[in-house]
Amino acid sequence: MSATHHDSHASNGHDDHGGHAAHPASFEVRILRQDGPGQESYWERHDVAYESEMNVISVLQRIAAKATTADGKKVAPVAWDCNCLEEVCGACTMVINGKVRQSCSALVDRLLEDRPGEIELTPMSKFPVVRDLCVDRSRLFRALSRVKAWIPADGYYDQGAGPRISQEAQESMYPLSECMSCGCCLEACPQYLKIELEQLDGESNEAFEKRKDEAYDRGFIGAHAISQAMLFNNNPTGQNNAAQRLDALMAEGGIQDCGNAQNCVAVCPKKIPLTTSIARAGRATTVRMLQKWFGA
Amino acid sequence: MRCSKVHPTAIPGADKLRLMSESARGEGGRVWVPRKPQDLRDPLTVPEAERFYFLEERYPKYKNLVPRDIATREIFDICVNEGLSVEKDRQCVYLDLTHIPKAELDRKLGGILDIYEKFQGVDPRTTPMKIFPAVHYTMGGLWVDYQRSANGGLQVGSPKNQLTNIPNLYALGECDYQYHGANRLGANSLLSCIFSGLITAPGIETLLKGQKQAASELPSSLFDQARKQHQSRHDALLKRSGGGENPYLIHQELGDVMTKAATVVRRNDQLTEALAKVHELYNRSKKCSLSDTGNWTNQNVVFTKSLLDMLPLALAILKGALQRDECRGAHFKPAFAFGSLKATEPAARRQEAEQWCDRFEANNAKWLKSTIAQWTGDDVELTYEDVDTSLIPPRPRLYGLVGAEDIEKVWNERAAKKAAEANGNGTPAAGKLAAAAH
Repeated sequence: MSATHHDSHASNGHDDHGGHAAHPASFEVRILRQDGPGQESYWERHDVAYESEMNVISVLQRIAAKATTADGKKVAPVAWDCNCLEEVCGACTMVINGKVRQSCSALVDRLLEDRPGEIELTPMSKFPVVRDLCVDRSRLFRALSRVKAWIPADGYYDQGAGPRISQEAQESMYPLSECMSCGCCLEACPQYLKIELEQLDGESNEAFEKRKDEAYDRGFIGAHAISQAMLFNNNPTGQNNAAQRLDALMAEGGIQDCGNAQNCVAVCPKKIPLTTSIARAGRATTVRMLQKWFGA
Repeated sequence: MRCSKVHPTAIPGADKLRLMSESARGEGGRVWVPRKPQDLRDPLTVPEAERFYFLEERYPKYKNLVPRDIATREIFDICVNEGLSVEKDRQCVYLDLTHIPKAELDRKLGGILDIYEKFQGVDPRTTPMKIFPAVHYTMGGLWVDYQRSANGGLQVGSPKNQLTNIPNLYALGECDYQYHGANRLGANSLLSCIFSGLITAPGIETLLKGQKQAASELPSSLFDQARKQHQSRHDALLKRSGGGENPYLIHQELGDVMTKAATVVRRNDQLTEALAKVHELYNRSKKCSLSDTGNWTNQNVVFTKSLLDMLPLALAILKGALQRDECRGAHFKPAFAFGSLKATEPAARRQEAEQWCDRFEANNAKWLKSTIAQWTGDDVELTYEDVDTSLIPPRPRLYGLVGAEDIEKVWNERAAKKAAEANGNGTPAAGKLAAAAH
């Protein structure tokens, strides 16, 4: 089993904040744990002493140091991913009090204002759980490679000056470049369904990876990849591969699978105009299709 | 390794002190505290006359643009020694951007201001930020070599460039000790990343061309042995019986000791005490027991291994700092600081400036050296390496000193004299070794 809270994803967790309430001596943290891939998940309660300036990362650090549940049972520390702690890497994304967001920027004071005395943590539900709050986001990166979300340039040789980018183009590209591949837009998307495969007996790692990639490629590619395709198609150098990116968006699991729920743009922590990217990609792929029909 | 950059302007947090970029000062941010200690008024209502813009007053020439180590030291001094911290229970000063138009702030500093707002819940465009220094960077790292060219530069293509003391192991980027000296300068991480990357690749190409044997042709026992060594360390950690030391708590204690003794201000009594304490933590860390003994995504064992590696580094930093009785860059020992000139009468002042320069030269002869720390298995051993100053001769750093112009004048005269002598002799004096950092 796993907990999902799609109904409450409509907020991106950046509400305006009220004043400070009196601080509790401690608060409870309910965590949906899972010991390994494919295993049963279970809830566990931890008591954490209140400190000022806490975020969910520091809560998990205290839980790791204590490694004891609220009932006094010794347990292994809860596993979670994190890296930059500044909401620019996306690694610490999880579902906090029903909202998908980064745990580094989830401030305890704000969470306790919204729901006094308790914080609930669950892993993202659209990706296979590795352990506890760690999930395998490789499908997300596979989608980026499908749309060639990069500019193919060999920096070792001097190729001369590149094309100039206008201030206007730079300003429209910058918001899209803020994507940190966190997966919030995918967690909130009704078309993006979890794909989890198990390695078969006797199946080599290579064969398993290949089978996984094929399964991922049949699923919806996701708003993040559509937006990145638009970012690089807008770049004067990236334009060289524009047609290939559009073809990737028109393949199985492509932009046609988008159901226009618009949850993605509502949950994006970087406020990236994802639905604008999707609309632009829709137009561009239509033009591309017509061009292909008429052999242009 | 002994010098740490302490970033002057950081945002407090329980898990991490987040950087507030130096561009906030660069774009006109003003650092101040209310003249009245722990003035509880809304900062915007504190009249100009009751604000202490201490960087502007103490450094009228550079104002809020003083180098980072000086800004850090002054903010530390204002809070710790002068008791002028904005808050009572927490040390912080104001970094104020509210006088700059909002549109300009959004255009120039939008990203960093969003970070402050995100992690503090306060808009820095309309409310002065509260900041305090935090450790940010280590001006040290793995020792690496380089091939000196005939004209004193770097021989491009030499396999010695960026080579560590372990054969064929290269270190490049922030993990190596090059370029920074005792102080980190702006954008030096970019320098070490781009420049080291650029010069190392041709060197490795030369190395590979001269290599007779590929790694894959070496006996497999070599790799198996190394693997076995690490596997047994890993297994031994997992097998430790419970009830021992908690690695997370040792980590916390280590952080507290190091922050207190080895960051902004260093004093030999505190360093000696810290060294004893870290030796104790090192011994305790040998008895760490794990709360997770499994083999799947075990973050507990990864954390413990990192902690075990941090202790030798902490000992190296403390020992290096303790031995170095001087001030250099971010390594600040007030007991050994060169003060301002005191004499007012021109001849006496001139004489004092001469003495200041003599002392500076004598100090450089002793300490213009890189500290090299080696782990001997249970402790740190220090040696020193000369710094090659043949291309850029050292000169005194005189920020904020009374009599700076007099000292500079004497120094320039001496430098001119030396240059004339060197020209007479033909070649400039060459330093013994290549490394630029110390």
